[in-house]
Order: sequence, then C-alpha cells, then structure tokens
Amino acid sequence: MNQPVKHGRMRIFLHSEFFDHYKKSPTAIISSFILVTVILLAIFGPKITVQNPYDLGSLNLSEAFKPPAWMDGGDSRFLLGTDQNGRDILSAIIYGSRVSLFIGLVGVLLTSLVGITLGLLAGYFGGKFDTIIMRIADIQLAFPSMLIALFLMGLTGPSIRNILIALTLIGWVRYTRIVRGEVLSVREKEYVDAAKVIGFSNGSIILKQILPNVMTSIIVISTLRVGSFIMTEATLSFLGVGVPISTPSLGMLCSDGFKVLYSGLWWVSIFPGLYIVIIVFAINLLGDFLRDELNPKLK
Amino acid sequence: MFKYLLKRTFQMVFVLFIVSVIVFTMTSVIGNPVYNMLPQKATDQQIQEVVVMLGLDKPLYVQYWIFLKNAIRGEFGRSYTHFVPALGLIVSKFPATIEIVIVAMGLTILLGISLGVLAGARPKSKISKLIMFGSLAGISLPSFFMGMVYIFVFAVSLRWLPVSGRGEIGTILGIRTSLATLDGWRHIILPSMTLALLNIATIIRLVRAGMMEVMRQDFIKFARSKGVAARKVLYGHALKNILIPVVTIFGLQLGELIAFTTITETIFAWPGMGKLLIDSITNLDRPIISAYLLFVAILFVVINFVVDILYTFIDPRIDLNS
Repeated sequence: MNQPVKHGRMRIFLHSEFFDHYKKSPTAIISSFILVTVILLAIFGPKITVQNPYDLGSLNLSEAFKPPAWMDGGDSRFLLGTDQNGRDILSAIIYGSRVSLFIGLVGVLLTSLVGITLGLLAGYFGGKFDTIIMRIADIQLAFPSMLIALFLMGLTGPSIRNILIALTLIGWVRYTRIVRGEVLSVREKEYVDAAKVIGFSNGSIILKQILPNVMTSIIVISTLRVGSFIMTEATLSFLGVGVPISTPSLGMLCSDGFKVLYSGLWWVSIFPGLYIVIIVFAINLLGDFLRDELNPKLK
Repeated sequence: MFKYLLKRTFQMVFVLFIVSVIVFTMTSVIGNPVYNMLPQKATDQQIQEVVVMLGLDKPLYVQYWIFLKNAIRGEFGRSYTHFVPALGLIVSKFPATIEIVIVAMGLTILLGISLGVLAGARPKSKISKLIMFGSLAGISLPSFFMGMVYIFVFAVSLRWLPVSGRGEIGTILGIRTSLATLDGWRHIILPSMTLALLNIATIIRLVRAGMMEVMRQDFIKFARSKGVAARKVLYGHALKNILIPVVTIFGLQLGELIAFTTITETIFAWPGMGKLLIDSITNLDRPIISAYLLFVAILFVVINFVVDILYTFIDPRIDLNS
C-alpha cells in the first residue's frame, strides 16, 4: 500500500522544478558531491586510515615530521605527511572531521529545536511571552556571538557538551526571529482561521498548519548554520576553549600544527584547515543554491 | 530628538544592567579562582583567607551589590595574575586593538564597497561572478586559517613581513600607536588583513544585493538617459540609496571585529585586549574577564547608538521618535 505512494512522491520530486534546477546547477551538484564524500569518509574513514591517531601505541616518533608523500623525504604510507609525534595527518583529519561534523550537525539540531519552538510560541501566542523573548533576542544580538561563545566556553571549560550548549545559546535567536516573523504573517491567513473554526487545538494548528509553511526557511538557515557552527567550533578549539584534548577536532589539529608552522612544517596545520574550508565552502554553496530556489526573500 | 535621547539612554542603562547581572552570575557561579591562586598543597586556613580576601564568603546579592558599586566607579579589582587594576590594564591595551580594527575597517570600506558596487552593477559579467565566488570563499575561511596562511606565505616563506608583536611604536597627536612608524605598519598589515577578510566578503554581498535592486529603479534609468556619467550613476545615485543597510552592518561589524581581535591577536601575538581576554580566560582571571565584558558592552551600546543617529543624517525620512 505504501510503496506506490512513495514511488509517486519520488517521481513528483524527480520532475519538480527544484530538481530540474538542481540538475542544471554545477555548483549545487559539485557541492553536494563533496559533502556526501566528506560524510562517507567520516563514517567509514576509520576502516581505511593507516592508523588510529588516538591510539598512542600506534604512533612512532621515528616517523615524525615526514612531509607529504609527493615531496622529498615523503613516505607513501603518509599521504599528507606526519606531525611532530609521528601522527599521520590524513588519519588525524578524518578522525577530526567526525568530531567537527558531529558538533555542527547536532548543534544545528539542538539550536533549531529550541529556536523554532520559541519562535512558534512567540509568534502564535504573542503578548508578554513574545515581548520577553524578543527583548532577550535584541539584547543578545547587540553582542557578537563569537564573544558570547568565548565567554561561555572560557568559564565552563572545554568539552563537547559545553560547545553544544554554547552554540545553542548563540544560535537560537536567528531561528526564533525568522520563524516568529513567518508565523505572524501565516497566522492571518484564512486557512488558519478555518482550522480554528473547525475546532483544531492550538498545538495542532501550530504543528500542522504553521510549521510546514516555515519549513523552507528553516531548511535554508539550517544548512548555512551547519557551516557556521563547524567554523565557530574550529575557532574555539583553535583558541584552546573548544573540544578537550582527548577528542581533537579539525580546529584543534590546526592549533597543534600552528606551533610548528614557524619551523616550516606547514602541512601539519594547513591541511586540517584546508579541509574545514572545503567542508564549509561546500555547505555555503549548497545553502546559497537552496536559498535561491526555496526562499529567495531570505537574502 | 530629546525624547528619543532620553528613551535611548534608559534602554542603554537597562541593557548594561542585564549584562552586569549576567557577567556577575557567570563569573561567580562558574569556576573557582581560589584554587588557581594557591599552590596545590594549600591548607584549609590559607584557602579560607583567600576566600575572605576576595569577598567570596558573602552572600551572592551582597557580592553583586559590591560588584556593581565598584563597576560604576570603574573598579573591577586587581587582576589575579598581573596584580594591577583590571580596567586600567584593559584600557592600556585598547590602542593596540583599536589600531588593527581601524586598518581592517579601512580595508573593508575600500575593497568591500568598490567590489560590491562593481559586482552589483553588472551581475552577469565574468568579473562579477569571480567577485561573488571570492566573497563566498571569504565567508567560508575561518580567520585563524587565513592568519596561518599569511604567516606561512609572507613571514615564514617569503620573509617579507614580521610574524608577531606591534613593532616600533611612535606618537601621533599624543597617542602612542604602531600606525606612526613604518615598522609598525609592517607589523599591522597581516593582522588587519586577517581581521578584514570576513568583513570584506560580507560587505561585498550586501552591497551587491542592494545595488542590483536599486539599479532596476526608474530614477537610475532616468539618470542614465539624462546622460549622467556611468561612474556618477553608480557611486552618486545608486550607492547613496543603499547606505542604510551598509551602515547598519558596519555598526554590527565593528562589534564583530572587536570580538574577532581575540583570534587575530592570539595568532599574531599582538599585545591588545583580545589576547588579554584569552589569557585571562585560560587563567580564570575574573576581574579582567568582567571588566573586559562590561567595557566592550558599553562600546557596543555606544556604537549601536551612533549608528541610529547616523541613519537620520543619511535618510532624513527616518524619524527616530516613531
């Protein structure tokens, strides 16, 4: 019974204007290809890397400071070279990307849950609740989010949980403002009045009538947010107030490598940084495409 | 106007009050500085003495009241690690920070606006596409990464520019700054470029979006058909009409820049407030953290206020009272 419906939906999707534009946009195709590769590498990476960079026993100091494989003195086992402890940079990057992606994705999930809920409630019910929430948002927006994150992390100490809390606290405002704005305009629509007249409860009106209408905006913001969260996390970790030393993310790898950059060992820090740039750039390209297709007014 | 100023001042005081409460709660609830100040094997009595010395034995609201009274007089206590008054220390580092911010701002205005206008005037041209690609790359580059690349390319490989510190400091108009000497400028280029990158990219995108919208308007067509020179149409007629969002973003970005100096200053070992904050966070140096946060809070509130006032000059139609 379910199968034909799913099939039908798939066919509608494949013939939609959205998919047609997607097929014709090289940037959208390339960026989604990059992201799929990055995610697959993060999932299956540990099976293909030459070493587990967390396992100190597998590190060999005599293999330290090897340049990338294509340079003089490079070792074909270590494609992107090794660091001061003999750690394979490529393995470290793949393991690090797992931490970075986890924080980016889970961070956006938490942030959007909190932000959307507050936005829906504030927009739908209005009144005092709305005023208080929006006042808090205004005050918070007067301060750069990086500073708020730094402050929170500095006081709570490096840990993945604390980063997620800090990201949620700095990220909810944007969701709440956009969702609230959309709710205010959707609320006046006739179908919402009709739902009220029929006797739908507030909860079901919010979830079934209003939420689907703000979904496109949410998808667009969330995509771009994953990129910005990965970058925020990397920056915090670079400054030493992000992830703990036991679970190095890409940002922390850069910070480790930065110590030996002056001695000319550029590959230790530049490659992890470059990987962040590739991930974030692909996310931004895809996010831009989604915005132009789904909701151009978010510009 | 007077009514507006009064309302605004009241709002600013309110915001600062909230910030002071947050700063106080966060700094006093989280982390215990006592253990950072004492050796590992300190006796209970020694710990108790330090607790009393710092006033940590009093109830929280009393501590807050003392904190607020002192804060209004500009006293945040002595730094736990530098042993000098916290606010004085921050103020002494302020010129170093503001000089890289000023140079970064200058770069942003120069490059951001001109490239944005160029990209917005002919959105279909090759150059515009290149500029847009570059700006998207710009917002995807973490500033610490850019700093590392600059250091590697210009300082380690080419050896053109120094990697750290403020360099020689001279005096202009009684202010001691690196901007007064050639050596200072050589030191300031890389940090400022690192700091400005994200801003330039954002401004380009904003100006371009605004330009594309304005260029479709009738008054632009009219100016063109009247025979006004292309350059004048772009910079005189069109740019003028998108200044409001640009000024807003500049205001916001000034705050953002000050926040990002923490990163830039850490990378380039620039002795400003940002590096001081990071060091103080690592050492749990509460007086400096609270003083820094309230100091920048006042700075941001003032910036937002100035931006609002600027609106009325740019666009006389805006009435601040409504």
